[in-house]
Amino acid sequence: MPAPTATADLKVGDVAGYADIAFEEKQRIVSLVIDDPRFTDYLYGCYECGICVAACPSARFYDFSPRRIAQALARRDVRLVYQQIQEDIWECSQCFSCLRCPRGNNPGGLVTIMREVAVNNGLASAREALEGYSRIIYKIMSTGTQVSPDMLQPDAFPDWGPEVKDVSDNLALWRRALPPETLHTVSTGWDVSDQTLIELYLIWFETGALNMIGEVDKGLHMILEEVMQDRLEEAGIEI
Amino acid sequence: MSTAIPVIMKKKEHFDRGEDSRSQDFHEKIFELEADGEWIVQRVPDDHVLVPTKYGLEKKIPRGHLWHHKSCGQCGHIPGYSTSIFWVMRKLGYDYEDPRDQTSCTAWNYYASATSNSAAQAAVALRNFATAYASGFYPLIHCGTSYGHYKEVRAELLRHSELRAEVRRVLAKLDRPMVMPEEIVHYSEWFYAMRNEIRAHQVRDMKGIVVTVHPACHYYKLVEGDAIYDPDIYGGQRTAVVTALAEALGAEVRTYSTWFDCCGFGFRHILVQRDFTRSFATLRKIEVMKEEANPDVVLTHDTGCVTTLDKSQFAAQAHDRNVGVAVMSEAQFAALAMGAHPYKVCQLHWHSADYRPLLEKMGIDWEAAWAEFQEDIGRLERGELQYLTWEDTDA
Repeated sequence: MPAPTATADLKVGDVAGYADIAFEEKQRIVSLVIDDPRFTDYLYGCYECGICVAACPSARFYDFSPRRIAQALARRDVRLVYQQIQEDIWECSQCFSCLRCPRGNNPGGLVTIMREVAVNNGLASAREALEGYSRIIYKIMSTGTQVSPDMLQPDAFPDWGPEVKDVSDNLALWRRALPPETLHTVSTGWDVSDQTLIELYLIWFETGALNMIGEVDKGLHMILEEVMQDRLEEAGIEI
Repeated sequence: MSTAIPVIMKKKEHFDRGEDSRSQDFHEKIFELEADGEWIVQRVPDDHVLVPTKYGLEKKIPRGHLWHHKSCGQCGHIPGYSTSIFWVMRKLGYDYEDPRDQTSCTAWNYYASATSNSAAQAAVALRNFATAYASGFYPLIHCGTSYGHYKEVRAELLRHSELRAEVRRVLAKLDRPMVMPEEIVHYSEWFYAMRNEIRAHQVRDMKGIVVTVHPACHYYKLVEGDAIYDPDIYGGQRTAVVTALAEALGAEVRTYSTWFDCCGFGFRHILVQRDFTRSFATLRKIEVMKEEANPDVVLTHDTGCVTTLDKSQFAAQAHDRNVGVAVMSEAQFAALAMGAHPYKVCQLHWHSADYRPLLEKMGIDWEAAWAEFQEDIGRLERGELQYLTWEDTDA
């Protein structure tokens, strides 16, 4: 007979569907959030007024609460904060409506920090949340513009109406019908100079942002590293 | 947990009220850092307009000689947005630079995936500022998220010397100086400041056009002290950009109860979890606007908001929801008021929600306009033209 706690409703041995880890490891991960230099700018205390929840779009559609995020961190509740990192943070819309907080808290900013920690530590929630997102990361890191005209494909945006197909079918022609000279591009938002890309790649290398990709998507990291290194070598720059 | 009470007790042993960082004037600090040799402050040109902001400080909005920090989402998917900004500026006779040495702020990705960090984001921002400074033009930020994020970056740089040191180290590798603009200026602030000049060039009557305004979260919620608030608009209780312009052009701006709600964009949601975006945009914004204000058009001032509110309506129509209203930026709306071509300039064929009833109400024959655009497309196809030019837009 199964133990009474081993039910679908009350899982034992996992956190938010992922394998549980030692308390000390949770403590290490949570301390990375608390030790972030921005942490003290973002959390002052909590009146429990719930204004942040009332303003939060994600709270209306998910089991998500910016108040719980702020309170769990204020209490240094290691288990709950770790669970939120694995379960809640990717539901936040990052709209920062929660900045309406009368106490001056920034729960959206806390979520940003928690997400960075999740990515940096290759947590399962981060890898799962970013599945299907690699093309976007590739675009922004390799081209300097995130949203390109050729991303408007009817199979990717079937819910956006038939105009997406019109744009896709006529893309090159319609881009030539744009008066600003920088906008005739199809695979980037605008024409970005070679020197600008080199400088951008140096930023990704020097700040460790490129290495963060390796924690969540090794294949993408390899491709990006190769593309960037080739371009930098062509420019006579060694990393 | 068991440590909670001791932690709370320790915190209560002593309490110092910190400074109210939200209403502080940051200018003193940025000039202090310049005096200390930490960075260069790019001054707003003398030819500027003073506008009021949330906590009563005046903000300088430069009129011309602007370096257009473009938006990846606008240029990529709503190109009539950027084109209208340029077109209006040209019509008013102000010079500008449309740079190729600009990157996106990369904040859409950062708020979606967190695959970056403070130093990288600040380095991207300051590299763009340095290129604007080198050009001699003053940066004008097209995207609301870029604008909000750059203010956030500025706040972090002002607070954390170790971050400034790290960004300085990275920029030195690029042979770029540290540059911070005196004001971080959003294009919608320029439209607010120039609304009387725009009105002076108005050729289409907007009387009878009913507008609802969606104020963009990253414009006025992130580091809110920079945002324009005008006592004459909503009694100074909401940001005045967009609304002040629409009213100056003679349109009727109607309010609705969910004005404070975001659009539902969500950064990652619009790309990989769009059921949330669609639901929020239609249930909390478009349907509420339709029921309470019945607008002819929804005006907003940010990339993600135009995309979300425009594109989310199609699927909801299949479920017989109360949707179906044109969505555009106030830049496109102002351009139309000034006589811009709806397709050559405003590029409305890239939009999804039906804008044709609005054009008809403005007295624009959209069928004739589309035929004119198709003529130009024919010239491009036949090789008679390589690109449509600014001269062609007014032909």
